[in-house]
Amino acid sequence: MIKYIKLLWNGLIPENPIFRLALSLCPAVAVTTSVANGLMLGLAVVFVQVFSSCTVAIFRSFIHPRIRIPAYVIVIALWVSVIDMILPVISPEVYDKVKLFVKLIVVFAIIISRLELFASKQPLVPSFFDGLGMGIGFLFGLCLIGAIRELSGAGQLFGYDVLGGVKPLLVMILPTGGFFVIGFIMATFNWLEYKITGKIPASGGGH
Amino acid sequence: MKTIRFFAAVAAMLVLLLPAAGPTFAAAAEGAGAFKKDKAIEIPFGVPVDEAWAKNPANYAVYEKPDPDIKIPVETVSLDARKTTATLGFKDPLNTAAEYVVDAKDVTSAGKVIGSRSFLIKKSQAQVLFTIILGAMLINNFVFTKYLGLCIFFGVSQKKETAIGMGITFTLVMTLTAIFAWLLYNWVLKPLHLDFLKIIVFIGTTAIFVQFADTILRKVNPYLFKKLGVYLVLIVTNCIILAVPLIQTDSGYGPLQSISLGVGAGVGFAIALFLMACVREKLEVCRVPPTFAGLPIAFIVTGLFALAFLGFSGLSIF
Repeated sequence: MIKYIKLLWNGLIPENPIFRLALSLCPAVAVTTSVANGLMLGLAVVFVQVFSSCTVAIFRSFIHPRIRIPAYVIVIALWVSVIDMILPVISPEVYDKVKLFVKLIVVFAIIISRLELFASKQPLVPSFFDGLGMGIGFLFGLCLIGAIRELSGAGQLFGYDVLGGVKPLLVMILPTGGFFVIGFIMATFNWLEYKITGKIPASGGGH
Repeated sequence: MKTIRFFAAVAAMLVLLLPAAGPTFAAAAEGAGAFKKDKAIEIPFGVPVDEAWAKNPANYAVYEKPDPDIKIPVETVSLDARKTTATLGFKDPLNTAAEYVVDAKDVTSAGKVIGSRSFLIKKSQAQVLFTIILGAMLINNFVFTKYLGLCIFFGVSQKKETAIGMGITFTLVMTLTAIFAWLLYNWVLKPLHLDFLKIIVFIGTTAIFVQFADTILRKVNPYLFKKLGVYLVLIVTNCIILAVPLIQTDSGYGPLQSISLGVGAGVGFAIALFLMACVREKLEVCRVPPTFAGLPIAFIVTGLFALAFLGFSGLSIF
């Protein structure tokens, strides 16, 4: 059990897909103008990651290593098509804002890299927890950025006014703000690691 | 150096084409009206008309071509100095992508009624295509305002040389993908009612063309091929290339419009890569705080670029 909790924790902080691995940054900037958008896309990613990891873990002995990448892409595309039909039923308004990126989950580097690095080598149960951990880490990243941008840009959280109508920094919900927020959060993570371990970590992969 | 010269030549051609394109657009609108921004329509009568008749909005009936029953109220009418051209003003913005018809009732010239006239108002194809290209390139730049393709953007923007090579490869792959995705979607998927398979089909199409670019580049420019390395294959899993077919099917673009979207997005991406590479070459020798070194500072710089590109958002030519 401890092993599984470790896998979950690993995805949340030490190998957080957005801030530590620097994977799948496009949606992290694009949809995080509000917490609701981030939550929606984050949940979609959790769904796709968990189900793709499980599918690949089950069928890993049948997939020939040479054609593994196309096979993974097909598996991911399958689950993305499923979630793309489910989401508009759950919340049409929010889906309308994130629909392009829900379809683009197919090409999120984080999902295929977890399939390649973990699910293709491990049995079903650890793969499930790894997928869940990574998905939750991604969800956490999206919600954090979304909360910072919505609070500082519109003075709201989940669409509710929390600052009494004050809009401190409008630039934060404009395209620019996303880049700034991610840059500063990454630097903060680097700084924390420096304080704890005493050395500056190498920068993330960037793809 | 060769590639830079090529870019300069393309830019010069664009600049030369711009003024030349002007009269062509005007010629296309002859005999019919034209949009003036999105809240006014200009109609030429050809003969001087009576001011009292022309200034009465009740003499005009304006509607979109597909629904003649829904009349759009005319708010203001103004005549030019020669009294041959009237400008109709509207309260709500018009959809300049659609076709409109203006019926002028009992046109009166020098005190005599010379009959009713009908005018068709639409944007010419060239105008529509140019708007799409410009939109994808600058106004809605895929990197700075739609945040697509960031992985490759940060990956290969360290050197100008690789940035230009990648930009050209990207434009090529994107244009070809746009054409093929349109053909597949409209000729295969739609007739067979397989729309829901479009994600899988589009990613397959992208993979084919990346393999194609890979094979060609390996022979034509092995040096650049080595420089691009893993990022060339990574184009497959890049959101910017998959986004083009998805956007064009969502907006119902025709074949020419799809190609324009592909070209515009590709050139826009190349511009973004080149700008970023210029800055990052300088950043190498700057004293960046250690916690900001690498990706964080690159993000801040991109944010500043995005701020600058925000200035294009008010741009509209037609």
